[in-house]
Amino acid sequence: MTLPPTPSQTVGPFYGYALPFTGGGDLAPAGHPDALTVHGRVYDGASAPVPDALVEIWQPAPDGSRRGAPGSLRRDPVTGRFAGRDATAFTGFARVPTDADGHWAVRTLPPGGVPYLAVAVFARGLLHHLYTRAYLTDAPGTADELLSALPPDRRATLIAAPEPNRTYRFDIRLQGEGETVFLDFG
Amino acid sequence: MTAQPPTQADIGAEMARARDAYAKAVADGAPVRHHPGRDYAPYRSSALRHPVRPLVAVADPGAAELSGPVFGVTDVTDLDHDLTRQHPGEPLGERITVTGRVLDRAGRPVRGQLVELWQANASGRYAHLRDRHPAPLDPNFTGVGRCLTDDRGAYTFTTVRPGAYPWRNHTNAWRPAHLHFSLFGNAFTQRLVTQMYFPGDPLFPHDPILQSVTDEAARQRLVAAYDHELSTPEWALGYRWDIVLDGPAATWAEEGRR
Ligand SMILES: [Fe+2]
Repeated sequence: MTLPPTPSQTVGPFYGYALPFTGGGDLAPAGHPDALTVHGRVYDGASAPVPDALVEIWQPAPDGSRRGAPGSLRRDPVTGRFAGRDATAFTGFARVPTDADGHWAVRTLPPGGVPYLAVAVFARGLLHHLYTRAYLTDAPGTADELLSALPPDRRATLIAAPEPNRTYRFDIRLQGEGETVFLDFG
Repeated sequence: MTAQPPTQADIGAEMARARDAYAKAVADGAPVRHHPGRDYAPYRSSALRHPVRPLVAVADPGAAELSGPVFGVTDVTDLDHDLTRQHPGEPLGERITVTGRVLDRAGRPVRGQLVELWQANASGRYAHLRDRHPAPLDPNFTGVGRCLTDDRGAYTFTTVRPGAYPWRNHTNAWRPAHLHFSLFGNAFTQRLVTQMYFPGDPLFPHDPILQSVTDEAARQRLVAAYDHELSTPEWALGYRWDIVLDGPAATWAEEGRR
């Protein structure tokens, strides 16, 4: 049996009070010695920052587990508000809206078993979200099937550039010069 | 000379051309297209926000995207699925319940996963500061809900029917009433953000976001069914809307991960 899928529709301009949650980018517990920051800007086809994009990250835990854990949207039982993650379970999931400058950032732990973070991008004007990957270049195993199949200029769009203080820069260009490689999983 | 904003007739003609081109392509043997093309010009905001290079296929059975995030009882509260009980008073509008099942393409229920909903109030206004539509805000309605699917993959929300609202895609552009939905499957590849519409809305043919789905049958899958059996006497009208998530998942997910 194969059912036809429900079509995608744009996230629109008004998800900002509904989808983001407190600590959405804080995958790593506060003060964790292995924590790293991945950040960047989302740009449109005129190289203008996209201030109303939503970036989601999924990744294996440092030990390679892909089972994730509940609690990304953990709630305060008294107020019902978002309480932030519990600082013990690694949920593997982050969600951050871009700011007025098109900038986003997550603090996470190194993914186990793969050298990349899986990235999904949603935006007003984007009728169907896009997948890409942020490869952390100093992580092990960069002899990667996807990267090695791409010409150098295209491959470069998937590499998060190392910066000081365990920080990586990963810009997402939706269109045009330096357009990010977006992925199709079939 | 400043370009005039397009009229509804201009946009309507563009939408008709896109529909005709799609119908001809399918008649000539092209595959049915379930999702909107990202380069759908009648939706003007898409112009600079779609990639022009083809997507790169990933057929790696070890891809991390074949697994995905999980959620649980810490992520939702009992009140989250009832958008009419989040404030001291009752919201204005027509109370409705919306229910359905979340399935993968093999028809298997997606169990214990997060469903998120957001919407305009009965007057067509979002509780979002950047929504400048001069329709009243409702102090008793925020318009945000969440729930987890049950063992059948079923979700249920109680809310009010949202109003249509204007937007600036073209002159006299109005969105048909809709609920925004966000869904997670068993894999990150199955992620879906979409919109549910109400049956018989006269704005359907005028809306480039709905019409961006150029396949008629696919478009119909975005429209809920009014179901009288789901209506609750003296309380609420019932709508049914099943959701099928696209995309592959790791085979270990089939054995149940919860
Ligand atoms: Fe909307």
